[in-house]
Amino acid sequence: MPRDFTPKVITANHLLEGDVVYQTADDRWTRYHAEAELITDEAHAAIRLLDAERQADVIVGAYLADAKDGPNGPEPSHFREVFRTRGPSNYAHGKQVEL
Amino acid sequence: MYRYSEFDRDFLTERNRQFRAQVERRIDGSLTEDEFKPLRLMNGLYLQLHAYMLRVAIPYGTLNSAQMRQLALLADRWDKGYGHFTTRQNIQYNWPRLRDVPDMLDALAEVGLHAIQTSGNTIRNVTADHFAGAAADEVADPRPVAELLRQWSTDHPEFQFMPRKFKIAITGAPNDRAVTAAHDIGLRIVEKDGAIGYQVLVGGGLGRTPMIGKVLAEYIPAEDLLPYLEATVAVWNVIGRRDNKYKARIKILVHEFGLENLREEVEKEFALRKPLYAGGQDMAMLQDIRGHFTAPAFETAPTDAYDAFYAADPVFRSWADTNLADHRADGYAIVTISLKKQGDTPGDATADQMRVMADLAERYGHDELRISHEQNVILPHVHKRHLPQIHAELRNAGLATANIGLISDIIACPGMDYCALATARSIPVAQEIAMRFEELKLEHEVGPLKIKISGCINACGHHHVGHIGILGLDRAGVENYQITLGGDGTEDAVIGTRTGPGFAYDDIVGAVETIVTTYLGLREGAAETFLQAYARVGIEPFKAALYPEAKTRAA
Repeated sequence: MPRDFTPKVITANHLLEGDVVYQTADDRWTRYHAEAELITDEAHAAIRLLDAERQADVIVGAYLADAKDGPNGPEPSHFREVFRTRGPSNYAHGKQVEL
Repeated sequence: MYRYSEFDRDFLTERNRQFRAQVERRIDGSLTEDEFKPLRLMNGLYLQLHAYMLRVAIPYGTLNSAQMRQLALLADRWDKGYGHFTTRQNIQYNWPRLRDVPDMLDALAEVGLHAIQTSGNTIRNVTADHFAGAAADEVADPRPVAELLRQWSTDHPEFQFMPRKFKIAITGAPNDRAVTAAHDIGLRIVEKDGAIGYQVLVGGGLGRTPMIGKVLAEYIPAEDLLPYLEATVAVWNVIGRRDNKYKARIKILVHEFGLENLREEVEKEFALRKPLYAGGQDMAMLQDIRGHFTAPAFETAPTDAYDAFYAADPVFRSWADTNLADHRADGYAIVTISLKKQGDTPGDATADQMRVMADLAERYGHDELRISHEQNVILPHVHKRHLPQIHAELRNAGLATANIGLISDIIACPGMDYCALATARSIPVAQEIAMRFEELKLEHEVGPLKIKISGCINACGHHHVGHIGILGLDRAGVENYQITLGGDGTEDAVIGTRTGPGFAYDDIVGAVETIVTTYLGLREGAAETFLQAYARVGIEPFKAALYPEAKTRAA
């Protein structure tokens, strides 16, 4: 039996900077996970992923990442995606200091 | 040291010009990512978790002070002031921007360095014994042949789209410091009736299917080496599996097709290719390359100052005891500079540290440096009278950690702090293990012990050949660490054995401590190393200590 669809955000890396970005509901790319569009419908997710993949001049490697609703907006639900929101743990580099 | 010819320089200039244009076309939209990706990978440019990553080859781990200073310049100008030395004798920059990469490659070309074939399904950077040309136990310096292989494999038209990547390592000494048995091809220089030749191992590799290389040929004479290697790679290139990337490496071919069958095919192919080399140009090139690697003019000078300092200064003595190795010249030593200060990231050096090491090499080390697969830096030729001064300058730069071969000299891949393939973090585990034993002040009492950590099944951290190997996995959305024991990456290569169920992130350091205290409790005196004790008692005492609840259940 297919698994139930769990909420997702669309994420990718920025073409020029290489840093992590998220797709918003109004078709922008944001550096903030909380501003991402939280997608709860599977068919809508497929369409939004196609929208993202068409923007090859802005981003690289768009994919759907598991997320959940939080008080300030979507939050990552897997530890890999948590790391992508902040940067490496051995240095204060990346989003944890740049945002 | 190999000095680039006009041909080398022109080739690199042209290649960099092509890549600059490819980057421009990607940015202006003429190339899609699918089209661009293989091109960037061929030039060492990855896209990782938080940024691009540029992997620069340090051929057979050898570089001079000017090259090291240029690596520092790249770190300062286009990265965040540091670089990460890897288990394949490369350096990685973790934060370049796409537009800057062509400039970085041009800067590297100024000193004869490049990032070609540090990725992709090609023959990768050829690695070698980091003590090459200096070790007391060496049959011959492997670097001239390694350079010949670099030139042969770079842009080799037949070997640009192979079933998978292909790694070659070479050692010139019977004590294998290059882990040759864990490479697609491992070469060991041997002497027969006064002539130099090569024992060829095939099908070694770590990753998801770890295998120790098998002897494909006991002795290949020097003049047959290139056609024989070309035949081997060509046979695999044709019959190796392309249907499944996890079964594509030559080790799987050896396993499925059989060593005997492979040898037969290689010999048939060799017979066809050998005539192409009849002119002997490759041997003429090798002879020319050898001229670039003549030994420095070693000095004869007293070592009294060293001996006196060694006797007087316990900190210096401790460093000398762990970080020096025997040199083939009287009065000389091989210095290993540890990039494993407890609590720091294994293999990382700041731009300032790179410049300190370059200065030391230039002033005291015949202008040579090496990068080891164990992620340290080596000054291969140092007269002992300079050691007190070198040690003092290393101390000022935070580079005098006396831990080579000890528990905090940990190999760790970048793991999920950087790598897009990783399933768990490696670096913080290494940092915490090192700090734990630093606090316990046990490191020197424990003695030789190699811990190797990989953040995924691809095993860049060589965990299978660690005395204690740690593999980080994602188990149902949580980091989990499996332990293997008894691995060995030397000439007696052994794949470690798994202890049992993995440990949570918060428990892995404690598990390692349990293993070490178990060893301390059962060893027959301080002279019995961890690996020797493990060979004597087997895995059971360690399992019993790690999983006491299993014992209770059985009882």
